[in-house]
Order: sequence, then C-alpha cells, then structure tokens
Amino acid sequence: MARAYQPMTKRNKPDSLRDLDDRLRRLREREGSGGAKPGRGRGSSAGFGMAMRIGVELVAALLVGVGIGWGLDKLLGTSPWLLLVFFVLGAAAGMMNIYRVMMGMSQAVGYSKDKDRSRGDDEPPSDTSR
Amino acid sequence: MAEANHSPLAQFEINRLVPIELGGVDVSFTNSALLMVASLAGITLFMMLGMRRRALVPGRWQCLAEVTYEFIANLLRDTVGSDGRRYFPFIFALFMFILFGNLLGMLPYSFTFTSHIVVTFVIAMMVFVGVTVVGFIKHGMHFFSFFVPPGLPIVLWPLMIPIEIVSYLSRPISLAIRLFANMTAGHTMLKVFAGFIPALGAAGILPLAFVTALTGLEILIAFLQAYVFTVLTCLYLSDALRLH
Repeated sequence: MARAYQPMTKRNKPDSLRDLDDRLRRLREREGSGGAKPGRGRGSSAGFGMAMRIGVELVAALLVGVGIGWGLDKLLGTSPWLLLVFFVLGAAAGMMNIYRVMMGMSQAVGYSKDKDRSRGDDEPPSDTSR
Repeated sequence: MAEANHSPLAQFEINRLVPIELGGVDVSFTNSALLMVASLAGITLFMMLGMRRRALVPGRWQCLAEVTYEFIANLLRDTVGSDGRRYFPFIFALFMFILFGNLLGMLPYSFTFTSHIVVTFVIAMMVFVGVTVVGFIKHGMHFFSFFVPPGLPIVLWPLMIPIEIVSYLSRPISLAIRLFANMTAGHTMLKVFAGFIPALGAAGILPLAFVTALTGLEILIAFLQAYVFTVLTCLYLSDALRLH
C-alpha cells in the first residue's frame, strides 16, 4: 500500500518510456524557452514570398514620402519644397527597406541580423507544453 | 451573360445585395460583405467540425485543422519567440481570414474581397496600429528610440530619423498594396486570357492550357500572399516587442 503514494508515471512505466518522457520534456523546454529561431520553415516558398516583397517595399516608401511632403506643403503653403525633400527621403527609405530585406536583416532599424535576435525573452513562458 | 460582363474588371464590381442606409451612410450588404461572411463561416466550420471528434489519432480533416494550427504556431515561435504566443489568436484569425478570402475568390462567379484596397488597407492599418500600441505599452516613451539606429553619429540624426519614420509609415501601405495588387493582377490576367479562348476558335486550346496553368499559380499565390502578410505581421510584432 505504501506504493500508492507514488505518482502514476513513476510506478509502472518501462524504462524506455520514461526515457522518452525525459527526452520529450527536455526538447519542449528547449523549444519553449528559446527566442526567435529563424532558418526553420523557410523553404523555397518563403524565398518566392520575399521576392514579391521587394518591388512593393520601394513603391510604398516612395508613396508615403510623397504623401507626407504633399500634405505638409498643402498645410504650410511651402509648395513645392517639402514635396521634393520628402520625395528623396521616401526613395531613401525604400532603398533601405530593400537593403534590409536583401541582407536578411530584421525589419527594425539598426543593422543587426535576424539571427542575432534570439536574446530577450524577459519573462519565462507560462506554458512550455504548447 | 450580358455583353458588359465580359470586361476583365467587371469581376471587381461591388453589387448591393441588401440596400441598407443608416443615418445617411450607405451600409448595404454587398457581395463583398457576403464573401466575408462566407469566409468567416468557412473558417468556423473548418475548425469546429475538424476538431469535433478530438481523436487521439486524427482523421484527415482533423489533421488539416491541426496542421494549420501548428503552421501558425511554429511561424509565430520562429519569428517572435515564445512571448509572441499570446498574440496567436489574432495572427491565426488574420491568416485564416485572408487565406479564405483569397481561396473563395478562386471559385467561379465568386468575388475576391482581398482584391479591394479598402479591405486590405483596413486590415493592414489594424495590424499597424495594433503593433504600435503594443510597442508603446511595452516600452512607453522609450519606443521612440526605435527610430534612431544604434551607434549613429548625432550629425546624421536629422537625416536618418525622417528616413526611418517614412520607412516605418510605409509598412501598412506596402502590406495593403502587396495583397491587393497580387489579387487584382492575378484575377484580371485570368479573365483576359480566358477571353482569348472563344475568340481564337480551335487555336483557343493554347490560351485554355495557359489559363489552366495560371489557375494553379493563382491558388499558390492565394496561399503565398496570406503567408507573406502573416509573416510580415509577425516580424513587425517582433520589432515592437524587442525594438532593436
């Protein structure tokens, strides 16, 4: 009867199953606590997806630059100077967006690679079993 | 079919199915709204009926539902990390809504609501505003350091900060335009090449073969664009959580 206090998992499991349990738990802990892990699940379809991004990034930044410049010109009556300035800024922003995509950098400012961003999980995950 | 319906752009027309007007604002139930409701219903049925049996060894349908769940969960873990898990419901809903919108648009005589820039832009703004709010909640005023590349000499600040701000503001635009342009271009191209089939007579077999191949490509693009939209949302979320 003293054995009844032992948890079910400890009692009647063959060694191989207990070993599997251990390995599974370790794997889950590793997967759960690790930060961003790029490189997985990025096959050829992801490459195709990235190719489609590039043209749009350039145009979108240019549009935003021209939009801001045109709007500010309307507001301040400085036409066409701000439009010209923001056109160049928008083109630069578009180039920078493309540069970031091509170099595999993160979307954030700065020049750190995506891969260096595994740091910074300030709070431990509450549920490691997913 | 009326002659007017043969225009390649006729498929993007909004038709009022149930005209409703509230306080002078036209809030009619349109074919676009119908397809949105249909995609919501489709997602709900797909997930609910798929998981109805909750079998330990999943059947085909349950397998599909589990694969979509795992796909988004892995994507979120790979791009955002484990603290991104709490945003899973939003990301999953986003992916499924866009995916079903794209795929339902591939049905003949259907309507693609993701081919309207209003729809894609509203979704993109939702993501953009949401991500920015998350960044502010997490970092407070420190969030503005996001616009200053680390290690930049002060002399270059007046140049780089406007560029970074424009680059940041271009995110919703590029998200919206990418989805809208891909959908509109693809469906227009399908319609244009389909129009060649009756015009060419017996030689119409060539455009027919082309349209068949193109339909396969469009289905691939439907998946791909939903995926790209979701991946970028995850990347933006990861940026807002980590800043540099």
